[in-house]
Amino acid sequence: MAFAGRRDVPEPPDFGILKRLARDQLIYLLEQQHEVDKLYKVESRPALSASDQFCFLVRPRIRTMRYIADIINADKMSGRTRKYKIIFSPQKFYACEMVLEEEGVFGDVTCDEWSFYLLPLDEDIISMELPEFFRDYFLEGDHRWINSVARALQLLNSLYGPFSKAYGIGRCAKMSYELWRDLEEESEGEGQGRKPEIGNIFLMDRDTDYVTALCSQVVYEGLVDDTFRIKCGSVDFGPDVTSSDKSIKVLLNAQDKVFSQIRNEHFSSVFGFLSQKSRNLQAQYDRRRGMDIKQMKNFVSQELKGLKQEHRLLSLHIGACESIMKKKTKQDFQEMMKAEHSLLEGFDIRESTSFIEEHIDRQVSPIESLRLMCLLSITENGLNPKDYRSLKTQYLQSYGPEHLLTFHNLKRIGLLTEQSAGDTLTAMESKVSRLVTDRAAGKITDAFNSLARKSNFRAISKKLGLIPRVDGEYDLKMPRDMAYVFSGAYVPLSCKIIEQVLERRGWLGLEEVVRLLNGNEFAVSDSTVEDNPAWDYQRIILAVFLGGCTFSEIAALRFLGKERGFKFIFLTTAITNSSRMMEAMIEAKA
Amino acid sequence: MDCYTANWNPLGEEAFYRKFELYTMEWSLKEDLRDCLVAAAPYGGPIALLKNNARKEKSPSARPLLEIYSASGLLLASMLWKSGQLVQLGWTASEDLLCIQEDGTVLIYNLFCEFKRHFSMGNEVLQNHVLEAKVFHTEYGTGVAILTGALRFSLATNIDDLKLRRMPEVPGLQKPPSCWAVLSQDRVTIVLLAVGQDLYLLDNTSCSVVTPPGMSPSAGAYVQMAVSFNYRCLALFTDTGYIWMGLATLKEKLCEFNSSIRSSPKQMVWCMRPRSRQRAVVVAWDRQLMVAGNSKECIQYKRLTIEVLLDRLVLRRLYPLAIRICEYLRLSEIQGVSRILAHWACYKVQQKDKSDEEVAQAINQKLGDTPGISYSEIAARAYDCGRTELAIKLLEYEPRSGEQVPLLLKMKRSKLALSKAIESGDTDLVYTVVLHLKNELTRGTFFMTLQNQPVALSLYRQFCKHQERETLKDLYNQDDNHQELGNFHVHSSYSEKRIEGRVGALQNALDEYYKAKNEFAAKATEDQIKLLRLQRHLQEDFDKPYLDLSLHDTVSNLILDGHHKRAEQLYREFKIPDKRYWWLKINALATRGDWEEMEKFSKSKKSPIGYLPFVEISVKHHNRYEAKKYAPRVTPEQRVKAFVLVGDLDQAADAAIEHKNETEMNFVLSKCSPSTDAAVAEKLNRARVQLLKK
Repeated sequence: MAFAGRRDVPEPPDFGILKRLARDQLIYLLEQQHEVDKLYKVESRPALSASDQFCFLVRPRIRTMRYIADIINADKMSGRTRKYKIIFSPQKFYACEMVLEEEGVFGDVTCDEWSFYLLPLDEDIISMELPEFFRDYFLEGDHRWINSVARALQLLNSLYGPFSKAYGIGRCAKMSYELWRDLEEESEGEGQGRKPEIGNIFLMDRDTDYVTALCSQVVYEGLVDDTFRIKCGSVDFGPDVTSSDKSIKVLLNAQDKVFSQIRNEHFSSVFGFLSQKSRNLQAQYDRRRGMDIKQMKNFVSQELKGLKQEHRLLSLHIGACESIMKKKTKQDFQEMMKAEHSLLEGFDIRESTSFIEEHIDRQVSPIESLRLMCLLSITENGLNPKDYRSLKTQYLQSYGPEHLLTFHNLKRIGLLTEQSAGDTLTAMESKVSRLVTDRAAGKITDAFNSLARKSNFRAISKKLGLIPRVDGEYDLKMPRDMAYVFSGAYVPLSCKIIEQVLERRGWLGLEEVVRLLNGNEFAVSDSTVEDNPAWDYQRIILAVFLGGCTFSEIAALRFLGKERGFKFIFLTTAITNSSRMMEAMIEAKA
Repeated sequence: MDCYTANWNPLGEEAFYRKFELYTMEWSLKEDLRDCLVAAAPYGGPIALLKNNARKEKSPSARPLLEIYSASGLLLASMLWKSGQLVQLGWTASEDLLCIQEDGTVLIYNLFCEFKRHFSMGNEVLQNHVLEAKVFHTEYGTGVAILTGALRFSLATNIDDLKLRRMPEVPGLQKPPSCWAVLSQDRVTIVLLAVGQDLYLLDNTSCSVVTPPGMSPSAGAYVQMAVSFNYRCLALFTDTGYIWMGLATLKEKLCEFNSSIRSSPKQMVWCMRPRSRQRAVVVAWDRQLMVAGNSKECIQYKRLTIEVLLDRLVLRRLYPLAIRICEYLRLSEIQGVSRILAHWACYKVQQKDKSDEEVAQAINQKLGDTPGISYSEIAARAYDCGRTELAIKLLEYEPRSGEQVPLLLKMKRSKLALSKAIESGDTDLVYTVVLHLKNELTRGTFFMTLQNQPVALSLYRQFCKHQERETLKDLYNQDDNHQELGNFHVHSSYSEKRIEGRVGALQNALDEYYKAKNEFAAKATEDQIKLLRLQRHLQEDFDKPYLDLSLHDTVSNLILDGHHKRAEQLYREFKIPDKRYWWLKINALATRGDWEEMEKFSKSKKSPIGYLPFVEISVKHHNRYEAKKYAPRVTPEQRVKAFVLVGDLDQAADAAIEHKNETEMNFVLSKCSPSTDAAVAEKLNRARVQLLKK
């Protein structure tokens, strides 16, 4: 509603084929197993089943393997014989088989793979649904999912033709891109000569920009995600939203006529829009008063259903808004936003630090406290030694001593560090870096790079102008730049990088920014694809986020697309937000 | 028109047939085919013939002779049969010959009579012997079905992935069935057998009697059955000369026919021409041939693809011809020439008369970097032939390092395999090698090997984190990584049930953190030990759970239960910052409703968090009366807010007016309701006007 945008924005390719592919594969796999009569969630113990075969559809995780082994061994103990089948998605890992073997059940199971890489969540969002990617790669330095990313790209390439331009930044982006190119070379022939439908691809590592992911979200879709958690494109609205005693599951995508108009809006304008919308709806209902029989018949058969549907959605979103308002209009939230904006702008750091300290002391929320600490650290290139110690001590006192290990993780990944203590490498890691001789070993030290690496946020922000100069009030209803997704206070770094590179058709002129971002940038043209910027597909960009992307980033790039006549398609390892990122760092009690 | 119809003869009323010779068989057989075991491969493939297989004569001079002919009767190879008594011959889809012995052993030869391998159909077959056997083809590959002397059926659906299935017993079966066949339905193979006038269907779990639809009740006993190549159609022949033709699912009859020939036929087969709409059954007696069928729709696909044709040529080692055909058909390199060259190379490595060096060079010369060539496959073949050195030489030509790994492992070149796996960037492959090494090497050597391979080491550590916690400790120990050792012990403390165990683990962690010079972690762990011990005392003293609480919650709980002294003690011992302690204490006191204690506390010394929190917390607990006590003590900057909170708009207005702060005045105004607070509103409006005048 707020921004009309350009009219020549191209149409995105059709993801229907992707959905069909996934569905057919799964049906084929499950049918091989004959009839599946009951589905259980692997996380909880399966209900006692008399079925003589079990089929597990799982991610290749060691923990899950042990769980399955336990079930089989329990069956054996009680003298039951069943058939067991494990379907790994997206692929089987050798380590999993090894665990099954060590647990003595390898001979009892048959294994299969479901090469399911891409789940289209919406017309422009594809998710790999790999939330563990973030921790596995960025914290543990485990490269196992890079192969999956490369295969996902290969699949997209085979369905939608070659990309004429590939850009990227980040070590993982580079490795994924290279591995994908290798795969393409090996499987020469497929997808070649296809008419390209997606012109550009941009790959980005999440660690290029942690700041954006750590901010509180204020566009509607982001807020809904922060407040209610969107899972696989749908959300459970609880009784406080539905104003009844039951929860309702709602699909959130472009098909929802109400949602699609407010998802990208700043929250402050959503309420006004919804009430306008309900007045319009009422007017449409009211029209039937002056109708004759024939008109009434038409109305009932053609319009009423649509109106009722819209009515239902409208009341759900209004309920959601009220629930969000209750939480977010509290003074605490206002103060938190103020502190957050100060951190982004780099003003009143002392005051913000005290705010965070009070936040911890009052046990407001363990995840929120952690998020604020990280935001402080990452915007300030680490905490000064005194704050670093005292905030952590306070945190342990408030939320429990087990977070000692959480802090270790956060330091390792570079989210919560101490200012330039110089030698931050631990004994083992420096040993590793000494051992680095060959190309392959180089990869591991990069996994630890974040330790020694600085975020340089302040300098980057200055170079790219991430903090808009405000003259007067920022009009959130008529945004002028991507900063609107953070109330006009900050242009998301990740999106700004993409904007700049697309504008320059490369990294030329961004050398200093690249240096501050620790390099690993690339820009490659596919010589086999004809390059003509006037063609529609050239204005379609696949934005790949390795380690997750937020709804705020999606909203910002949608806005950019409308402004510049681009169409962005998002491919992410998972949808993320600050809570999910923090939770991934927490060292749970086993 | 004469010339077209002259050699056509009438068949029945509507159909005509003609006979002509396609080619003559080159062979000159002296024996009667009746006395030989014969097997012809599908799609005009080779024909195998076993002569002198009669049971009685066992003298070495009269050993059976196995001969393999091309479809046109050219002798391809032959050999004297020296193994056990053969019951049945059959061909696989890839033209390997299956020789099924009486004892259930199946020997596999290629079409040059070269032995490939053997397998057994199991103990039951071994004990009871093979009475009859059939070789069949499904989408899963080539299978073998056995009827044993005990009249039980055993099946293997795919001989390349051998899974033996013993079928259930047929109730009341006293003699071998008159005829039987293997069916494939819904991806399951089943056996259909006839005993007299009854038909039985045997699947994995049960045996059931079936009746074909539209079967004439006076049809008589079944003597012969035939299944079409695609398993879709079934024909049954009875001793009254009646033929039933229908779907193999036994759900539909296609047609029936009465031949009025009562003797049992020698052979009955389905006859379907590719893409023809006609299907028919051909029945042969000694001197008679009959075709029965209708002309309903039937679609059959051309099964022999160009790839299979090329495979056949390659199997016959006609490499140049195959390459010519590829070139003629303009097949892509990967599909065509490279594949054939690769086969040639696999044949080449078996030539024992040439040195490793020579062979490797010859192969590389011819193959070069042809796309689609897998040097690792060729190397694997070399290794299978016992030429390890040649295999290693060939692997060096393999550009994809990942492809080299499995063979290197097989050849026990594990360390080389490890570097190749790491080079490939495929984590799973690295895992494969690491876990392989773990089982192969002694622990010491294994660790040493990992030391030099950081990528592998890091992956193994990941594995240990989930699967072998103790090994993880050893790994860290070896590196003197005290920080991680400390973390390790903290982590283990979680799973300790007893408090002594927990303290012990934390003590270990503490030592390691000191060694790692991580003072912060050491101090935190020390505090944690202290807290645990204290919590145990509290638990004993008050008989309430305190373990697992954070310091904050411990103190908070103490206050909630009114143990102010103990709380005070912890506050001092752990040097809890004043601000936190005040927040915590007023929160707990308000929750407890101990307003008296709160007031006392507020006067104990100057509050480090000011007095607004006192107001807020009282209001939060709906105690305006108490809240009002603290409002006047709030700092002037926050006083307006405090008075608004307690609902004293008059005082709030006064404070705002005193501050001469318009925002504050507006804030208070917004809280005024016209009916009750008119006076306050007026006061504020007046002050605002005053302020604006200046």
